[in-house]
This record gives sequence, structure tokens and C-alpha cells, in this order.
Amino acid sequence: MSGVALPAPGRLRLGAHPALLGSLALLALPWVLPTPALAADVLVWGLYALGFNLVYGALGLLSFGHAALFGGGAYACGIALTRGAPLWAAVGAGLLAGTGIAFVMGLLATRTRGIYFAMVTLALAQCAYFIAYQAAGWTGGENGLRGVNMGAIRLPGLTLDPLDPRVRYYVLAVPAILALFALARILASPFGAAMAAVRENEGRARACGYDVRRVRWQAFTLSGAFTGLAGALYALKLGIVPIDSMDLGTSGLAVIMALLGGSGTFFGPFVGALVFVATETLVSGWTEHWPLAVGALFMACVLFFPRGVWGTLLGRLPRWA
Amino acid sequence: MGHAAGASSPVGVILRTEGLTKRFGGFTALDGVSAGFQAGALTGVIGPNGAGKSTFFNLLTGAFPPSAGRIWWDGQDITGTPQHRYAAMGIAKSFQITNVFPSLTALENVRVAAQALASRYDPWRPRARLAALVDEARALLGTVGLQHRAGAVAGTLAHGEQRALELAMALAARPRLLLLDEPTAGMSPEETRDVMDLILRLAQDRTVILVEHKMRLVMGVCQRLLVLHQGALLAEGTPDEIRGNDEVRRVYLGQRGH
Repeated sequence: MSGVALPAPGRLRLGAHPALLGSLALLALPWVLPTPALAADVLVWGLYALGFNLVYGALGLLSFGHAALFGGGAYACGIALTRGAPLWAAVGAGLLAGTGIAFVMGLLATRTRGIYFAMVTLALAQCAYFIAYQAAGWTGGENGLRGVNMGAIRLPGLTLDPLDPRVRYYVLAVPAILALFALARILASPFGAAMAAVRENEGRARACGYDVRRVRWQAFTLSGAFTGLAGALYALKLGIVPIDSMDLGTSGLAVIMALLGGSGTFFGPFVGALVFVATETLVSGWTEHWPLAVGALFMACVLFFPRGVWGTLLGRLPRWA
Repeated sequence: MGHAAGASSPVGVILRTEGLTKRFGGFTALDGVSAGFQAGALTGVIGPNGAGKSTFFNLLTGAFPPSAGRIWWDGQDITGTPQHRYAAMGIAKSFQITNVFPSLTALENVRVAAQALASRYDPWRPRARLAALVDEARALLGTVGLQHRAGAVAGTLAHGEQRALELAMALAARPRLLLLDEPTAGMSPEETRDVMDLILRLAQDRTVILVEHKMRLVMGVCQRLLVLHQGALLAEGTPDEIRGNDEVRRVYLGQRGH
């Protein structure tokens, strides 16, 4: 695995400002895709996959429990909003919930690695799922949490109506773009270098003086912030929080999208989300068995394009790009 | 705890072990080794295969804790200290098996090692603000003769170059004590000579412990020698004393080729 790294100087200057390019792509998305609702899907799942990749691509840890962070963020945002919190506070609650859940999960899961890490995160996420299922008074149980409505956003001299899908998209895009810049900054920080060191060679990183477990725990917690934020945006996009947002399938979705797009690049997981949503939309138009098509695409990617759609495309770019 | 032992240490001993023992299941790899390493000296640890050299090395560098016994560093009991704290204490090592960050550049390998002293967990400050680390890493690559390979991906370097890179990474911790485990393993005679020259230069400014299988290699360069045999300390002294030691001769008999 090549892992997320900032490009070497002189090579791939296009990638020197990944957050800026990503933001431009986000702004253009509703004009490229057939509907703004579809663009919002890509935005939410893309941010989710990017948050997941902070642990998988940057650090080399395979988490099968990110649905707990995503769903936790969605429920926190939904609960805050339905109980009268302002929009910014509800989004913040989602981010904090994801961070907090990741902090606790990470405390337990970072004692292990490899397949055991995947299993422990999976088990912890299942625990979270059943807590959400049982706490129906807060979460609505299996009916989901309904009535998560943004309401009109009043700015000085301007009122935004989120019932307009295009307006709604751009409201969601604001925190997502901020998150892109934060993510790029983390990867370019000293901690980003420490994550790369741990991913490359754990024993060597330890000998250099890095506390490997602390690096993992901190990365998992940071990943929780991005994933929780994605969950919050999901709740706002949908207007409800379904219990499915916390289930095993949602955890697997992050893995599939990161691998489809390419976990070794900054923007790959986002492209993976785009490919996933596009395939689902196209194929579900004529058969309900659309997951078959996604599965075939996923297998083709793993077998023939191990660097993912985006990783493969970037690899074919001429040097001057 | 450190004071009593520090006071009783002979002057000039920077690292000391006391009854150091390591058992793996029923097998005793190291059996009650008590030894002292003098500050500023280049000390060799030698012994035939299976003598417990690597176990001794791993205990000294904190890779795993001893089953019994204690380790004193600069008057402090450091037995059981987690390995990632060793760099900050001024102890660095190079591994017997080449151990670098393979898909990072040579420069980034050394830079990230140097960064461990400056900033390990800061997720917000731009890395570019630590520009001094890049200069330091370049200088260290120069020290080990790799300045022209700074941009090369570490995994693509030749074996000898990777070993040199490892030395640069160990030096990035600015160690007062450098522990080297068979640094010339698998090297050609020319590469071996270069690396031994480098080690001699490094030993001018710091304490060096060199674990080595090839007796002939250490005889000419080390000031002190420790001989291990079957997990126990067999002899300790200057190269001349060791050369004249009958026990050592007996153990190494039939291994003259080394």
C-alpha cells in the first residue's frame, strides 16, 4: 500500500493543493451531476470515506466500525436539531459525538492491529448499533429519528431556504469544504509525518521515539471528527436518521469507497464515493439487484486497479500536470 | 532509586547492567550478565552464534523487558522503560535487519526521525515551519555519504546505502549512546571498510556499543570488548587482554575464519 503522502516536490504539482482542488470539485458537483440531491449524496459519502481513510490510507489500519462514528454523528446532530439547537450547534454536536465515540473506541481498539483491529472495531460498532436501537426515546429506535429539519437560514440581507435542493447542497458544502482544508492540514503536519512513519514501519517509528499506540489513537480520534461531521451532514441531507446509518453495511461502505477510489491518494475516497453513487443510481434504474454491479466493480478494482480509480488516473498523468 | 546505584557506579560508566537475564519459555537466552560500558568509549560485544548477543542488544535498547536484572543509564534505573522513550533519553540504535521507511524518500526518512525530538503529535502546525529539520536531515545524509541520494525512495536504495541511511536515522536522535547490531552484516569488503570508518568517526563524539559476530572486525577498532558465551559473560577487557584469554580462544576455536 502506498498510503496518503504529499507528493514529492517536482512531481504532480496538481496535487500540491489537494484541498483547494477538492473544494472546486465540490462547488462544481451539482452542475455536473443530473440532480443536486445526487451531488449531496456524493458529498456526504465522500466526506465519510475521507474520514475513514485518515485511519486506513494514512495509517494502514483497517477499521470495520466507522458506522458507529458516522451514525453517532448523525444521531447527535438530529437530536440536537429536533430539540431546538441552532444549525451550527447541531453540526458541531455531530462532529463532537464522532470524536468522542472514536476516542473511546480507539482506547480499546488501538491495543490491537491487523485483523484483530478490524474485529474489535466491528464488535464495538455493533455494540453502538444496539445501544442506538434500544434507546428509542432518543433515537426513534428502528423507525429512525424523524423530523430533522434545518429550517430557513437567515443571514444579514439574505434568507436561505434549504427546501431548495441546490441551496441545501451548498449549505452542506460549507462545512465539508472546511473539513477538506483541515484534513489536508493534518496530513501536512508533523503528526501527518508520524502517521506515515507508523504505517511504513512500526518498529522503526518506535525506535525513532514515536509512541505508536498514541499515534494510532490520536489518528482514530481525528478520523472520528471527520466521520461524525459526515454523519451530521447525512442527517441534514435526509431529514431523518435511519438506524441503518449505524449498521455493519455502513461500516463496509467506507472500506468499499476508499478502495474503489484509491486509498493512497488524498481525494481517492471521494472519487470512490462518486463512482459508488453513480453506479447505484444508474443500475438501480433497471434492476433492484444493483449491489451486484457495485460488487463486480469493487472486485474488478481490487484485482486490476489496486490503486483505485483515482490512484490509477493520477498515475497516468504526465509529469508536468 | 537512581542515587544509590549512581553513587556506587565506577567513574565513567554510563550504562550498566546488573544480573541481566532473559528467558524465552524454558530457554535462558541471557543469564545474569553484569557489565559496565564506559562513557565515550567504543565497546564491542562479541561471541559465537547463539551466545546471546542479539538478546543482550534487544534488552539494552528496550525492545523487550528483561526477565530479571536491572539496567542503569546515567545513574537512572531504566529497566522496563517503553522503547519509544529511549530516543529522548539519548539512546539510539540501528537494527541488524535493514529497517527503514521503504516508500518515503531518504531525506524524509531522516527528517521524520529528527522530527521525533521536535514535534511528534502536533496535527495542526505546517510541517514546512520545521524547515530546520530538513537542513539537519541533509547534513546527516552528508555525514553518512548519502547526500546525492536524498530524493531517492528508501526502498530502492542498495543494501549498503540502506544501512548507511539507518545510521543517519539513528544519529537524528542526537544520541549520547549509539547501539549498533552487526552494522556490516551482508556487506561487501569495501562497504564494510566504509562503514567501519564511519563508525570510528561517530565514536569520537559519543559512546558506541557495537554488537558483532566477526571478531577480527572489532579487534582493531574497539577500546573495550565484552565476550558472551552461552548467554553468560565470559570475559571483559581491552582487545589485548581478550586476545590473550584462554577461555575466549577455546570458545572461538574453529571459527578463525571470522
